[in-house]
Amino acid sequence: MRTFPIGGVHPSDNKKWSKASAIEAMELPDVVVVPLAQHIGAPAVVKVAKGDKVKVGELIAEAGGFVSANIHAPISGTITAVDLQPNGQGLRQMAVTIKREGDEWLESIDRSEELVRDCSLEPAEIVARIKAAGIVGMGGATFPTHVKLSIPEGKRAEVLIINGVECEPYLTSDYRTMLERGEQLLVGVSILMKAISVDRAVVGVENNKPDAIEHLKALAKEYVGIEVKALKTMYPQGGEKQLIAALTGREVPPPPALPIDVGAVVCNASTAVAVYEAVQKNKPLVERVVTVTGASLAEPRNLLTRFGTPVESLIARCGGLPEGDVRILNGGPMMGRPMSNLASPVMKGCSGITILSGKDALRGEPSACIKCAKCVEACPMGLEPYLLQRYTVKKAWDEIERNDITSCIECGCCQFTCPANIALLDYVRLAKQTVMGIIRARNTKK
Amino acid sequence: MANKFIVASAPHVHGDLSTRRLMADVIIALLPALAVSVYVFGWGVLTVTATSIACCVLFEYLVQRFLVGGKTTITNLSAIVTGLLLAMNMPANIPLWIVAVGAFVAICVAKMPFGGLGKNLFNPAIAARVFLLIAYPSQMTTFAAPSVEGFADAYSGATMLAAAKACLVDFGSYDAMGMFAGIQSGSLGEVAAFALLLGFAYLLLRRVITWHIPVAVLGTIALFAAVYGAFAFDTPHVVLNYSLFHLIGGGALLGAIFMATDYVTSPMTTRGMVIYGVGIGLLTMIIRLWGAYPEGMSFAILIMNSVVPLINKYVKPRRFGKK
Ligand code: SF4
Ligand code: SF4
Repeated sequence: MRTFPIGGVHPSDNKKWSKASAIEAMELPDVVVVPLAQHIGAPAVVKVAKGDKVKVGELIAEAGGFVSANIHAPISGTITAVDLQPNGQGLRQMAVTIKREGDEWLESIDRSEELVRDCSLEPAEIVARIKAAGIVGMGGATFPTHVKLSIPEGKRAEVLIINGVECEPYLTSDYRTMLERGEQLLVGVSILMKAISVDRAVVGVENNKPDAIEHLKALAKEYVGIEVKALKTMYPQGGEKQLIAALTGREVPPPPALPIDVGAVVCNASTAVAVYEAVQKNKPLVERVVTVTGASLAEPRNLLTRFGTPVESLIARCGGLPEGDVRILNGGPMMGRPMSNLASPVMKGCSGITILSGKDALRGEPSACIKCAKCVEACPMGLEPYLLQRYTVKKAWDEIERNDITSCIECGCCQFTCPANIALLDYVRLAKQTVMGIIRARNTKK
Repeated sequence: MANKFIVASAPHVHGDLSTRRLMADVIIALLPALAVSVYVFGWGVLTVTATSIACCVLFEYLVQRFLVGGKTTITNLSAIVTGLLLAMNMPANIPLWIVAVGAFVAICVAKMPFGGLGKNLFNPAIAARVFLLIAYPSQMTTFAAPSVEGFADAYSGATMLAAAKACLVDFGSYDAMGMFAGIQSGSLGEVAAFALLLGFAYLLLRRVITWHIPVAVLGTIALFAAVYGAFAFDTPHVVLNYSLFHLIGGGALLGAIFMATDYVTSPMTTRGMVIYGVGIGLLTMIIRLWGAYPEGMSFAILIMNSVVPLINKYVKPRRFGKK
């Protein structure tokens, strides 16, 4: 079975906790805090003021540049503040606070369940709707989708790749979406194909989700040009470059090359559903499915959650925090961000809240590198993490640059596998940031 | 709430590998060979092994405690592995004080002065063996005759390789199967090919090592011997026997599977591993055929150990996106 060509690891997938729970709607919160920077790129520019009344789906902040995204009111009610609010890591960032009154949606939004298959819009109109709806990559990268769909001059898209891999352990939001919203997903894929003018799309799903593969394969028979492919389960297959290589055999060259350089555009499965809703139902991105999971959580669930809902209320809905040591992650255990502030809001990129407790929450003691080469074997980019680590300790940035640090995708395979428990990702991330800074400085001087 | 929040960066989970587990697996992989060795040479094998392990662990503990400082490193089991490997490289009837000297060289000369596990340039057990071979040549090469029936008397006291060097072996009728089963004289760990291969299979299965180094070493030896044999003998059957003999005889298997694959002193990339393995195979055969010693494995590994930093510097893995 296919997978990507180099490296990779096999973390225990731990999807069992939440995979059987159908998507449920999370209760509407009384108050939401909606940050203006929920995506990669410039923060959105606020369009409302304290005291304004808003309906669900109303624009409250507008994209602050080309690489940016619109933000809409996730609940109806009154704006009570536009100010700095702490995020999941406790850092303060600009946000709009809304106090809820009922649940009143904009009339222009079609909230019926009826499937609308046909789309007669032109590519430019499709992209415009996606942009208006504030859609960003929902796998966690949060890159604005309309930017991806705007193919640069001189390049040509040949294939649309849909990421249904969900290679992060624990998370099941894409899985549940593929199972429960398969039709909408495939209509979304057709629309995306039209937007970038390709006649071929491949949906990649790992073979630890056989039912999702079956289901989508059966549905895809009704759609022209959409192929569903099973992939061997291997982390980080959801990485763009890994997924393209696994599905097409093409390798994106090192940075600054992008997927479009090998003719590919990649979108996440849940993003395709959001595209369907935006284009066919006129519904902006105001909610998403969040997996709340963990081995010691009483009732793990997949919750359809409005943005701005406090993380702690989701945890409470799932039975509350387990006793003792806990590590709470925005995302999954391989790439998720650790949280210290549970009052912080769910945002567009939050595919899950993973709770590790007891021994699972602790980090092992590092010891000396034994040069076992396991990290080199595991690195999906063909780097030498042990070497990058040693050079980082020595601050030998030019050596690090020569050893292709900019290719690092920060997947953590190296650290996951290291028998000496060395925090390799901490080192390579620091090295990458430093070297990128040096490169930027050099380029501006020129 | 009675919670303690732990905030650490990703990844938040870790695989099941640990230094200690890897070392324990190497020890387990050596047990079949040790068992055969006891069967073939008698209980003396265990005295040598126990002495070697005890001395290595003791020396490492003392050096760490009184010279280096910091937490003791003996819990990572690497000193036990060194001790076991060192024992595997000695005759069963070696005086125990020589074993202790060997352990001293391995730990206090080859390993700890470089900074301990992970920093040493030479494989400690190999360095110690080579030192002993030069310092105590007669004790290191006088081997007890295997106490197993069917062993040809003509070879007792000398290894097959030494016999071959002295033109004492008739390759037309030589018993490859017997050697495979453990009927040859030699160091503790050299006696039984099948037990070593069993260990190899275990190491592969547990993903402790990859196949690259052992296969490169053994492939090179077999090929070299076959080519040499093709010039020396007339019948293909004898050439094949000759090639097999070089593979199974002496320390080739022990060296290729357990000594050359030492993490610290072998290359970091698969291509580097192949280069290193081929180098060891070539040097081994050159020493075996034209050198002063009947066995060249240890010297070959030691020499290639010193090339490893260079290999690591120039042989890079294939980067993603660059073909
Ligand atoms: S995995 Fe860890 S111990 Fe092994 S070489 Fe890499 S950094 Fe060293
Ligand atoms: S984090 Fe970077 S260096 Fe480590 S395995 Fe992933 S790509 Fe390689």
